[in-house]
Amino acid sequence: MKPVLLSAYTMTSCLGRGLAPTRAAFRAVTSGLAPCRFDTVDLDTWVGEIAGLDDVPMPAALARFDCRNNRASELGLSQDGFSERVEEAATRCGANRAGVFVGTSTAGILQTELAYRRRDPASGALPADFDYRRTHNTFSAAEYVRARLALAGPCAAMSTACSSSAKAFASAARMLDAGLIDMAVVGGVDTLCLTTLYGFASLQLLSSAPCRPYDVARDGISIGEASAFFLLERAPREGSIALLGTGESSDAHHMSAPHPEGLGARRAMEAALRAAGLAPDSIDYVNLHGTGTPSNDAAEDIAVHGILGDAVPVNSTKGMTGHTLGAAGAVEAMFSVLAIEEERFPGSAGTRAVDPKLRARYEIRGGGRAIARVLSNSFGFGGSNCSLVFGRVGA
Amino acid sequence: MSLEARVEGIGLVGPGLAGWSRAREMLAGFARYKSTPSVIPTAEALPAVERRRAGKSVRISLAAGLEAAAAAGRSARNLGVVFASSTGDGENVHAICEMLASSDRLISPTRFHNSVHNAPSGYWGIATGSQCSADSLAAYDASFGAGVLEAMSRIRARPEEPVLLIAYDAPYPEPLNATRPIPDAFAVALALASPEKATRGAMITLESGGTEPDVLDDPELEALRRAIPAARSLPLLCLLAREHEGRATLDYFEGLTLTVRRS
Repeated sequence: MKPVLLSAYTMTSCLGRGLAPTRAAFRAVTSGLAPCRFDTVDLDTWVGEIAGLDDVPMPAALARFDCRNNRASELGLSQDGFSERVEEAATRCGANRAGVFVGTSTAGILQTELAYRRRDPASGALPADFDYRRTHNTFSAAEYVRARLALAGPCAAMSTACSSSAKAFASAARMLDAGLIDMAVVGGVDTLCLTTLYGFASLQLLSSAPCRPYDVARDGISIGEASAFFLLERAPREGSIALLGTGESSDAHHMSAPHPEGLGARRAMEAALRAAGLAPDSIDYVNLHGTGTPSNDAAEDIAVHGILGDAVPVNSTKGMTGHTLGAAGAVEAMFSVLAIEEERFPGSAGTRAVDPKLRARYEIRGGGRAIARVLSNSFGFGGSNCSLVFGRVGA
Repeated sequence: MSLEARVEGIGLVGPGLAGWSRAREMLAGFARYKSTPSVIPTAEALPAVERRRAGKSVRISLAAGLEAAAAAGRSARNLGVVFASSTGDGENVHAICEMLASSDRLISPTRFHNSVHNAPSGYWGIATGSQCSADSLAAYDASFGAGVLEAMSRIRARPEEPVLLIAYDAPYPEPLNATRPIPDAFAVALALASPEKATRGAMITLESGGTEPDVLDDPELEALRRAIPAARSLPLLCLLAREHEGRATLDYFEGLTLTVRRS
């Protein structure tokens, strides 16, 4: 595929608002995880919560979109001059030539969970202030971004669980290449809700400690929340940072467990390298999906080691942010870009002793290294896999 | 821009529309359309355990998808898939929200993994063994249009891989139904292939054009089109049923329609 320029980007998570605190955490390998105090949740687990989300004001004209998930988008879009950069680009291209593709797994379902506590005792009806379309519905995550940025081109919410926002990049790249659009806002937004907290608890996949990807004692995930956004345009100049390749596959194995030999993961990585026209040895760092569950890390390790052997440094950044689910693809795209900009791969927060059974070159400590190309993995329920390659054009 | 594809096969499950071969006469205007409740098929293609777990949206989307793949004469294993749905599985989400509002929040693992928007895609992989890419997207009432764009841009990007577009919606139970009334289950599947690689099936081209979506002549079909997001496909299905050239303008976003030309 033709490289796609990443002309602006921003990220907001438990590490802070915008790029500056994210970059500082990347350098210092700080974790934003803390014991779960969210809502009325009584689970023994840690979460990566965005500070102050309850107090984020929504634009008056879009007040009906008010919910935790759209507040995370609002907060994210307001950082780093991102909306202004989008506005400039849209003035150039025309708003109807601007696509919006947002990955989310649960959108604003928290709003429905809360509304179910306030049902009319006689009729069972939901409260009158509940706005299904603009909060609960999957598309609300994309519709809010499109309305907030006043864009008018093609738009969709991608919702393939934890690969959602990685796949949003792939979709945008195809539409740019087809000439359907001239610019795209791609993002990932997922926020804390009871469905995912109690859902992962039911699968016994929540750790009671901060998650420890690849650790010999790893015992599950920590859920995080985040919003991350990118402005994509065609024809990057030599030396600029771009999306170089995308690869997607399905496991065809199980609804919530990965293929034990990581076959789908391997297919996605190989497809991404093929699309980028790159050999495996041209990758300088792999940002793993690395959730910290015993089976996910083991399956991914087989796939990664099968392609890259033990020559390339790999690790997971989920110890810093937690697993941000549908936002993970965009969050880790951001870490991939930071690795290229900072010329170093990050450390792995939470991991103390790498599982000796895992064979890829997992680095607990970050390290300086010229990084021209990064492979980023995102895998989800339903056996959905997506790998992305980011790098400097022509490097 | 122009995106092209051949429609090699069609699958359909909807009120009064049980399978493409039977529905076709009605959609072509040769027989009168009569709305009767959708018949929800069992998911025969799934192993017994998954079959029991599969909700309505999984069953209708699998049935439509398999019908279209069979009509195309292609093995479902080799098709990329684009699922498009406004809602996902409404009965499942209702059950989860009820439990989370109660004193016992221990939802079942099956309920949880069925709650993802891409649950039909996961079951599709298990049923067919397909390891091809599978999308799952949502665009509220524009979901079918978004699915068409996604599927056709996939074919342009990788002409060697035919793509199955499956758009579906199923009703919510109360109280969610009152906030998003969808009267019945509807699933449509189009097996699409690149004109560079395929020689049979109607040739369709996506073009910019119409400003308003087509309104169907038959008032009952028009009511169906308006009532269910996946049924916004009906102008295209009517065009494909008629066996001659023409255009269909599909609902997408305000001020943005999608026109499909059949040649």
